[in-house]
Amino acid sequence: MADAFSKLPGRAQFAAAGAGLAVQNRFASNGSKGKVANTLFLALMLLALTIAITAIVAILAWAFVEGRTRLDLGLIFNGPSTVNRATAGYSVAILGTLQIIAGVIALIIPLGAGAALYLEQFADKTKWWNRLIELNIQNLAGVPSIVFGILGLAFFVRSPFNWGLVVASGSATIALLVLPTVILASREALKAVPPSILEGSLALGATRWQAVWRQVLPAAAPGMLTGVILAVSRAIGEAAPLLLVGALTFVTFSPSFFEGGYSALPVLIYNYAGRPQEEFQILAAAGVLLMLAVLILINSFAIWLRARYERTW
Amino acid sequence: MNVPIGEESVPNEVFTLKDVSVYYGDNLAVQNVNLPIYENQITALIGPSGCGKSTILRSLNRMNDLIPGARVTGDVLYHGQDVYGSDVDPVQVRKVIGMVFQKPNPFPKSIYENIAFGPKTLGMKGNMDDIVEEALVGAALWDEVKDRLKDNAFGMSGGQQQRLCIARAIAVKPDVILMDEPCSALDPVSTFKIEDLMNELKSDYTIVIVTHNMQQAARVADRTAFFTVVSDDEAGSRVGTLVEHDDTDKIFSSPANEKTLDYVTGRFG
Repeated sequence: MADAFSKLPGRAQFAAAGAGLAVQNRFASNGSKGKVANTLFLALMLLALTIAITAIVAILAWAFVEGRTRLDLGLIFNGPSTVNRATAGYSVAILGTLQIIAGVIALIIPLGAGAALYLEQFADKTKWWNRLIELNIQNLAGVPSIVFGILGLAFFVRSPFNWGLVVASGSATIALLVLPTVILASREALKAVPPSILEGSLALGATRWQAVWRQVLPAAAPGMLTGVILAVSRAIGEAAPLLLVGALTFVTFSPSFFEGGYSALPVLIYNYAGRPQEEFQILAAAGVLLMLAVLILINSFAIWLRARYERTW
Repeated sequence: MNVPIGEESVPNEVFTLKDVSVYYGDNLAVQNVNLPIYENQITALIGPSGCGKSTILRSLNRMNDLIPGARVTGDVLYHGQDVYGSDVDPVQVRKVIGMVFQKPNPFPKSIYENIAFGPKTLGMKGNMDDIVEEALVGAALWDEVKDRLKDNAFGMSGGQQQRLCIARAIAVKPDVILMDEPCSALDPVSTFKIEDLMNELKSDYTIVIVTHNMQQAARVADRTAFFTVVSDDEAGSRVGTLVEHDDTDKIFSSPANEKTLDYVTGRFG
């Protein structure tokens, strides 16, 4: 500092040095307390992240080590068997899950989109019943899945629908379970479409229905579809409600939608895992890997879809 | 529009507003507007923020219906018919009275589909390619976009987007075009192009424009209506009113009301 100001006359040297000090003080740290808190907080966050990631990696590693010998095509194409333990697979459960998911998609797209469209575009929010519906949908999204299982057992398996312990009951139950999430996601997608699109359509003489159907809905479709895909990935992993509506049974034949018993991938994994034989333990681990692979694939597709069609207005 | 008296009749009144007041819920937004709007003219609505000029504009094609609680009293007569009559379908009103908004709002689709949406929705007869071309030519946009009709409209500049919205509006062959501050989001060159376009369009359409820009009103409008806000500090209310309306030249040179003079000379607002 002295060097820099040494050419200045005496008094100015003081002034300049003083000004320099003032600037330094303005940006001085407020002691080590802030820094310590900062570092501590950062460490805590990293710890939380590490625990979460370690758990996932541990499960994956265990499943891979345990199930790697059964990562073959038989895993997908062979049926369950208690006799041929070394070659038993998940084919019947995969078919069951596929049928359940097909039913779920067929139900949640029209119901989810319809409910979201009504709430976003047509419902008069000053009316208490519309607010009650909104509140209920948000609450339903947090209801434990087993509760939906009981509902499915009471309504679909038994009266009034009386379908029995069949795939249709499983589909309908899971559809009800994921419907609130689909509705909420679809509403967000509809909200993201600026009102000027609706206004612009109406100003051309379109009816409200035409404006919504031909402009607002197509603009919101990618977002709504992302919600549906994420709901499907959740539906694939659901086991608890299915146990109540029929997927509990150990079946060795391909299911049909309205007839006979069925199984689902997570339920059969649960079943295998509960058996004492070594081969079934391995099979359960391989099943976990299979299911995780499917889920990662589906979620990646949803993320890709969102990124591809994301629009900034 | 200085028509010598007795030589030619007064132009047709497209709109006649009689004691029109608009409420949002219990709030009176603008009150007792009496205003004629003449055929094939550009009528500008000017005034400070909150004076109700946009509200009045949106009441002409019942866009106010979209706002919950909005209510119009008095008579909005379109060629003598009450736009708010009990047997009037607002959708039919909007077919005849088109609108262009403050911010360009193209649909997230191709340029072609932006134009074709209206005619398709209204079930208009004729070759769609011709309808699209005619509308784009009419909005002075054809030469700029004829080679990229399939491109997304979001790739156009702001000014082009706004002219696309004008093309979209004229594609359904309305009688009147309402413009709600159509240039406020645009640069001066784009603004000039749109003003130019408005002058061309007025031979076929009646245009009502809301603008914050007094020079714009002076440049394009045949007639100008000046609105202002009346504040009642005790009641805490602010109500828009129409101060006066006249030929644009008159409003800007020798208005009848002092408030208008203050506003157009920049002393107020």
